[in-house]
This record gives sequence, C-alpha cells and structure tokens, in this order.
Amino acid sequence: MPDTSHAANRASSARRRADFKALGPFIALAALIVLGAVVNPVFLTPGNLINVLTRTAFTGVIAIGGTFIITTGGIDLSVGALAAFVSGVMIIVMNALTPEGLPPLMVVLLGTLTVMVIGALAGLVNGLLITRGRIEPFIVTLGTMGIFRSLVTYLADGGTLSLNSQIRSFYRPVYYSGVLGITYPIIVFALVSVIGAIVLYRTRYGRYVTATGANEEVARYSAIHVDRIKLAAYALQGLCVGLAVFLYVPRLGSASATTGLGWELEAIAAVIIGGTLMKGGSGRIWGTVSGAIILASIDNILNLTGAISVYLNSAIQGCIIIVAVLVQRDAKSRP
Amino acid sequence: MSASVLAGQGIAKSFGPVQVLFGVDFAVRAGEVHALVGENGAGKSTLMKILGGYQPASAGTILVDGKPVSLRDSEIAERLGIVMIHQEFNLAETMTVAENIFLGREIVRHCFIDREAMRRASVKVLAELECVVDSDARISELSVSEKQMVEIAKAVSRDVRVLIMDEPTAVLTGAETEVLFRLIRRLRSQGVGVVYISHKLNEVKAISDRVTVLRDGRFIATEATAAVTPDDIARLMVGRDMSDMYPLHHLPPDDAPVVLAVDGLTVPGWVERASFELRRGEILGFAGLIGAGRTELMEGVVGLRSRSAGQVTAGNGRSIRSYDDAIAAGVAYLTEDRKKRGLLVDKPLTPNLTLLALGRYGKIFIDLAAERAATAKAIDTYQIKAGDIDMKVSSLSGGNQQKLLLAKTMQVEPKILIVDEPTRGIDVGTKHQIYLFLDEFAQGGGSVIVISSEMPELIGLAHRVVVMREGRVTGTLAGAEIDETNIVRYATGLSGVGADA
Repeated sequence: MPDTSHAANRASSARRRADFKALGPFIALAALIVLGAVVNPVFLTPGNLINVLTRTAFTGVIAIGGTFIITTGGIDLSVGALAAFVSGVMIIVMNALTPEGLPPLMVVLLGTLTVMVIGALAGLVNGLLITRGRIEPFIVTLGTMGIFRSLVTYLADGGTLSLNSQIRSFYRPVYYSGVLGITYPIIVFALVSVIGAIVLYRTRYGRYVTATGANEEVARYSAIHVDRIKLAAYALQGLCVGLAVFLYVPRLGSASATTGLGWELEAIAAVIIGGTLMKGGSGRIWGTVSGAIILASIDNILNLTGAISVYLNSAIQGCIIIVAVLVQRDAKSRP
Repeated sequence: MSASVLAGQGIAKSFGPVQVLFGVDFAVRAGEVHALVGENGAGKSTLMKILGGYQPASAGTILVDGKPVSLRDSEIAERLGIVMIHQEFNLAETMTVAENIFLGREIVRHCFIDREAMRRASVKVLAELECVVDSDARISELSVSEKQMVEIAKAVSRDVRVLIMDEPTAVLTGAETEVLFRLIRRLRSQGVGVVYISHKLNEVKAISDRVTVLRDGRFIATEATAAVTPDDIARLMVGRDMSDMYPLHHLPPDDAPVVLAVDGLTVPGWVERASFELRRGEILGFAGLIGAGRTELMEGVVGLRSRSAGQVTAGNGRSIRSYDDAIAAGVAYLTEDRKKRGLLVDKPLTPNLTLLALGRYGKIFIDLAAERAATAKAIDTYQIKAGDIDMKVSSLSGGNQQKLLLAKTMQVEPKILIVDEPTRGIDVGTKHQIYLFLDEFAQGGGSVIVISSEMPELIGLAHRVVVMREGRVTGTLAGAEIDETNIVRYATGLSGVGADA
C-alpha cells in the first residue's frame, strides 16, 4: 500500500523537523562558543569557562525548577525576590547561631536547612494560592514577588545584611572551590539538571506535569490530581531557589534589596530559549541548561571583546530570546 | 433547472505525497440544498475548503457562474459570494452580535464607527432570518445555535450566493435543528445555493435536493435526494451493505448480579435525584436531548463532578465517591469530548494510551519499553491506523483517535465501561467496529453504559434504555418498547415521570 509508506515518510520528515528544532538551543550554544573563541582566545581558557559556568549555576538551578513550572502551563515571577528574601533569612539565622558556640559546619547546615524549608514553604504558598485560590500564576507570583522583595528590604532595614566573617571564611569554599578544578556550583547545577531530566522524562510525576500543561482537562479526566501536580511543581521551584541561595550566599556573604534582581527574568528566558513551550505541555531540561549557559556566555563575550558596550548586554539577550521563539514557532501557527 | 453558481471540475488535492482528492466533480446550483456525504477521511472538508478558498487545489478548475476563477484566499471567495461556516465558529466572543456581523467591514461615518447604522442593519438581517437574537448581546452569552445563526446572518449580510455548512447540526438539539432547517429553506427560496455536509443521513434526506457521495477521495455519485433512501446513501458511502451494522443482542441472564447501583444522585444544576441499576453483561443505553444531563450524571457517577446528594455503589458494595474510587472499582468513563477531555492531541500515541493507567507502568519510574510495547499491541488490537507509532494524535483521523481513546480507557481493565457518544463524528466502518467491541465486552462479563444521541445506535445496541429529560430520569425502556417513538415521548416529556400531558 503506497499510502502507508507515504504517511510514514511524511511523519518521519515531520519528526526530523522537530528534532532539528529541539537541537536549536544546542546549535546556538555551539555557535556562540565558536564566536567567543574567535573574538578572544581567553574565552576558551578553562579558567574563564569555569567562571562562566559557576555564574550560570544560580539562575540555572532556578531555571530547572522553572522548566517544571512552565511545563505545567504556569509561571513563577517571584523566584528572584524569594532568593533575596531567603538569602537575608539565612544570613540572619547564621549570624544568630554563631555566638551560641556551635561549630561553623553546624551553623551552615542549620542555615541551609532553613533556606530549603523556607524556599519550599514559599513555593507551597504560591502553589496553594494558584490551585486552591484559583488565581492566575502570573498574578499570584507578581504579588509574592513584591512581598518577598519588600521583606528582604525590611530585614536589611534598607541596607545590607552581612554574614559574620568567621562563618563566611568557613562557608566561602562552597562557591570558590570544588573538585578537580570544577567548582561546587557547577557540580550542583549538573546534578540538579540530571535529576530534573530524569524526573521530567522518566517518572510518572514528570509525565503528569507534561500532561497537565498540555491539557488540564484531559489530565483531570485521566484521573490525575492536577492540583497536587502543580502544588508540587511550585514547591520544587522553591527548593531550587533555596539551593541556588545556598550556593550564592558564600559568594558575597551579604544580602540586600538588590540581591537576585532580575533572576526571575533570566531564569524564564533560559527556559524559553531552551525550547520549553510557554503555554505548557512540553519541557526541555537540557534546552534550559544550554539556554542558561547561552545567556551567561553573551555577558562574558561582551566583556571580553569591548567592541560592543557591556551596557547593551540586556538588549542582545532580549534579541536572542525573541529570535529563539521565532525559530521554534510551529510552522502551522504562522498566519 | 438553473445553472451552477459554483462548480469544481476534476478537483485533486495532495498533501505532500499523500493524495486525498482524485479528480472530483461537484456543482451547486442557485436555490438548491446540495448535501455532501462520505465517511471520515472521504475528502468532504478538503473539497469544501478548496471551493471556499481556504486551500488551493493541486489540480482542477473552479467555476463561478460558468467562468473559471482562481480562489487564492477565502476573501476572494467571499467577495464572489461564497461563504463557509466552519464547525468551530469564527466569532469574536467578547464582541456583540452587531459588531460580529460587520467585523472587518464596519460602517464608518466621519472616521468613526457608526454603531447605530450597524445595529439597524443587523436587526434587519436578523429579522429577515426570523432570528430572535439581540443584536447587542455578546457572543459569549449566546447558545451554540444562536451563534450559528449569527454566522448565517453574517454570511447573508455579505450577499451570500453559496453557503457551505460543515456539520451544522452536530451541536444542535432536535428543536434547534428544526429552526436551522427553516432558515436553510428560506435561504434556498431566496436563490442561495447551500452545501450541507453531514453524517446524519436522515437530515440529508429531510433537507437536501441533491446529494453527492464521496468515498476515499473519489466522486461516487450525485443523486436527486428524493430518489434515494438513507440506506442507499449509506451503501454508496461505505461501498457495502449495512444490514449487519449492529451485532445481535446478547441479553444477560435474568439472574445477572447488579454491578453498579446509583441511588438518588443529584449533580447541582444538572441532575435531580437520578437512580438506575446496571447488571453484569448488560448494555444500558441512555437517551435524551442534548442538555438532558446524561453526561453530567455519568460524570457525577464516576466522581468527576461534585454531587450534592445520592449514593453510587459498586458490585462489591463499595461506595464510589471520587474518580480514583471509580477506577479502583473497575469503572471507567470515556468522554464525549475526545479532543478537549480525552486525548492530548499534540502528543504521540504512547503517552496518550498509558496516561490513565500510568501506575501500571511503574510506581515512580515509567517502564518506557513496556509502554511502547503496549502501544504496538493496542495498534494491533484496536486496528488503529497510524502511519508511525511516534506521530502526533492530531494527525490521526477521528475514527482512529476514538479507537485510541477506547484503548486508553481499556488500559485500566475496567469491568464497567461508561461510553459517552462513542461514535460521534466517526465513519461508519469504525462505528461498526466499536459496536462489535462493546458487544464482545459485555458478553465477556463486562457491563456497558452507552450515552448516545443517535437513536438507531441505542436501539441497535442497548438491552435497556434509560431516558432522561431536564436532569431527571423519565423512564426505562426494555425489549420491544425500545423504539424511536417511545424514546422521543420520554425525552420530550410526553410520557413518563413529570410528563406535561
């Protein structure tokens, strides 16, 4: 039957197109690396690459959580403000514990525990308002974004919260050292990515996240507890923020009203550049990883060239986001 | 006999290497209703999209008033008076009726929109069509049939000469269909040529002057409707005799146990104290007009809708309160809305097949290989025609999507299968397959509840028929009582509980 083979041909050529689209972010990253190498040989030195990847880790870890949120068809704008808030809380908790005579390791562990718990709780609050409160995720997280940002400003009394220097010198290596020259933030980012990919692609939970975003009604009629799936996604996002803060605090040892400013946009941009559909139903973890690295590399390359002003960094990132969406847009949806 | 207003000669169409139309001839005259019938995938919609200017033909000529024309887009077609009303309406939901009627060609005076003139003109058009729709109402406030009337009014206000309607009654009740038919007859008397695409052969018989049959993308015949019976048309559509459409009734034994008891179930706003029992091996039909609350009752039974009163008890005595309870008790529900509630149309077959029963493929991690094997098995068992196991569900035909939905529902190995409009919008061949499947399922010790708005289907399939009207069970028919007259009497309130007479 010639018809079947034709249909198969058509389907497989459609799949090739889809494959190409999925490869888009990786091709873009490769092109960027080549560009960086041509522009300035320093770009490809191990020291520089480690530096770029280490800086990517905070928003990268957040963006892995963001991939789950966006795959459910939601969005979380509060992550940057939440990062600032939990940074502040972490510093206050650790500073308060130091005079108690606890060993520094214990202080940092308790601080980290606080950060993870508060992060997850904040995510749960977002999730509850969205699922039980039946409010749009955009509105809920816009609101909590303002609340968290205001809380950190209040905690810092409009200034800066600084970590006790003794704890700081103990805690510093979490950001600055690593194993075999690879810093801990990079290792954590890699681990989170691998776990994220396994959860999204290989587990029931990941499949339910995708189904919920693809069509919530279909998911509900397939006996999926859509609300629980979303709630868990927002809680996971909160955990990711906590983890990012754990990596971030030893870098500067301080938190202020400007901590994590714009992280939410960077994380969302990384997810979108990576090919995850904004409307939900299709998430790409490795796309998000390359999206995050692309954004950090642009910054780095601009710094290394000096041909284009660093002040234009955001403009270039903006162009890349728009081009990424244009390229990935389904041919069908074009008018 | 008047000449053709719109004609296609030797129309062929290919999508890439796949040819879907093979040199089809079709012509509609002024002042006639011309029905176009054929199984799903026969090429009806494609042909009409070509004649409506929505798609270019790969070969062939389109003639308007006998002169060849090129319909590059639907705007050119509309300017020539050819208007197509799609199944999914093309109305701006948040705008008023008048604004929609004049959308894209607003009446303007001194650079500003002349609302008053538009309203007057809309009222006039609606009055001509005897539509009781308020021209200031928002589209979102209208019922489906009113929306359809607005679409027709929009077309008429554009000096329509050929009106193409794609399954206009698929979403209408009997009474609404009557109103539509009056409207179509009025348009016909005004000299409009109407093309009427439908699966419902009784309607085709009732409304059309001529009927053209397509099969597998080929022209089969054009007949004067008066000269053929619905059976003749069905035979032309499938190319075989339809007498064996329904399987023989295999009634359950008299002492078959009750496997599902529903007592006084109330779904707020939809169903009022409904009770019924289902026995093992039984096929229980549910009849009623659209809006009678059958879907809502069943969704209440399986726990997909909240209820305010009543009890649902499975055969083992366990109460069903949530959809999880239902699945655990072996009760599965197949929705009437396969695209919005049944299948993830943008996903491939496999995640769709296993979504309801994913726990069977692993508690935490999914066994991807087992999933794929299950898909291959389902494609074979349910004869799903898929070019490729990884293709998106949206590129399957309606009938194959329905088979996939059935396969998905069967993944949880239910004992009781509740199917809601299981053959809506699918071709005759697939319908037959689904009837056989349900019959075998019941014979094998399962029980089936089938909701259907197609009476021949209920009569041909069900052992007993429960009839509902306005959220209440008005009667239960068994054996020889099951016929169209009785069902209609109970469904419209002439007989049974709460009868008007």
